[in-house]
Amino acid sequence: MSVSEFFAMGGYAFFVWGSYGVTAAFILIELLLVMNKKRSLLHSIFRAAKLNRE
Amino acid sequence: MKIFTKAYWLQWSSPKTFYPTAGKMIPWFMISGLILTIIGLYYSFFVAPTDYQQGESYRIMFIHVPAAWMSMWLYFVMCIYASIGLIWRTRLSDMMAGAIAPTGAIFTFIALWTGSLWGKPTWGTYWVWDARLTSELILLFLYFGFIALRAAIDDPQRAARASALLALVGVINLPIIYFSVKWWNTLHQGASISIDSAPTMAATMFTAMLLMTFAFWMYSIGIALMRVRNEILEKEKNASWVQELLRDGK
Amino acid sequence: MIALLRWVIWRDMVLAMRRKSEVLTALLFFVIVVSLFPLGVGPEKNTLAIIAPGVLWVAALLASMLSLNRLFADDYHDGTLEQLVISSQPLAVIVFGKIMSHWFLTGLPLVLISPVLGMQLGLDSDSIVILLLTLLIGTPVLSLIGAVGAGLTLGVRGGGVLLSLLILPLYIPVLIFGSGAVESARTGLGVEAHFSILGAFLVAAMLLAPIGAAAALRISLD
Repeated sequence: MSVSEFFAMGGYAFFVWGSYGVTAAFILIELLLVMNKKRSLLHSIFRAAKLNRE
Repeated sequence: MKIFTKAYWLQWSSPKTFYPTAGKMIPWFMISGLILTIIGLYYSFFVAPTDYQQGESYRIMFIHVPAAWMSMWLYFVMCIYASIGLIWRTRLSDMMAGAIAPTGAIFTFIALWTGSLWGKPTWGTYWVWDARLTSELILLFLYFGFIALRAAIDDPQRAARASALLALVGVINLPIIYFSVKWWNTLHQGASISIDSAPTMAATMFTAMLLMTFAFWMYSIGIALMRVRNEILEKEKNASWVQELLRDGK
Repeated sequence: MIALLRWVIWRDMVLAMRRKSEVLTALLFFVIVVSLFPLGVGPEKNTLAIIAPGVLWVAALLASMLSLNRLFADDYHDGTLEQLVISSQPLAVIVFGKIMSHWFLTGLPLVLISPVLGMQLGLDSDSIVILLLTLLIGTPVLSLIGAVGAGLTLGVRGGGVLLSLLILPLYIPVLIFGSGAVESARTGLGVEAHFSILGAFLVAAMLLAPIGAAAALRISLD
């Protein structure tokens, strides 16, 4: 099976890759959002602690 | 034995002990999720044979079925945590219920999305109003309602208890989704796997589906723990242990 | 317990009679929404008869939801609800009484006026009888389920929109079997199965919803 044949998925490329792509995108976005949230939380806590010390 | 005492179990429900423990567990869940995904994808695309009826389009099944399973399983787990929080008023279980909901909603959406993309080549339509699709759509709305109610109430205790009650009211939808293909004779095919009969599909297909299910499961646990940790940080940002934790290394 | 139930119903009825406009609003909403459909879809008689069961049921659903906000709101604002919650009387019974009077005032008028609207949309007389019966069984279920949502969103900002988000998904089964019965009657199929499922919904909702709504009120007033 060649690479282009693999990506063609027997003519169902849109449906198969549409499913897998959207799934991957959702999971990656979810991960990024949660990680981003943590970074901004740590940042704000850090800044508040610094302000307290000064 | 230490594990039979109540104090042993209660210490895990304290955010202070839970936060570092969860932090150590998250990489394990995420890495095993990633490894399972890689093996699962390999099985889905290279090991499982082409279906003689549906051609390559059936490969959508390897994310559709696991996502649908997870959407229901996560709602069930969310209800368990919600009722534990409702009965014993443990803060951590409320947080867990809240942390599972967005992931559950995402898997419900993925199940609907992949289902409609699978429906087009096999049934000739993206959407039909059959019992299983409709009840899965209701499940998505239930997740949205749970998240919205939690966000709308300011008092965290009331938010947790009110949304827990809502989750329990919505739990009647789960058996409806599960049995919908049996109760109504509709377009959606019945379960491909049941306990009383041998799998009607090739063993490699079954393996691929199981691998993807476990991959999604591990990921769900990992992301839920990450969300709980965020919520703990947000609520306890003025507690001394958080400050110490930050001083030791950001 | 019966005396308590009677007292709650009597009290809510008297209070509602002093503000007749609120009772009429839900009814007028129902009539107007249904009347909009022939204007939007076009006056083609066959088309209207096909969509009539769904239109009438969806309109009934929205009208009953619209009035749910009022179910506990007044008693909540003047403090009566708090007194009822801490009183020694069983809260579920009080809530059941309130739901019943809510249905008498908003659900029952819809049911009674529905034959007229059914005729307007070109339903035949047999289907209209079925429509009347399904609404008679179905609208109490709507009030009962809605009470849980009304209790949960009590005093929450943006409560009205939130309430619809919480409650409409739970209304869907009632909608499916209610309009489904009229649809099968119209096409000459049996309606027994639809009626037994609607009846089962009613019994289950009557047993569980007051308890759920009472729990919701306790959470909201905690």
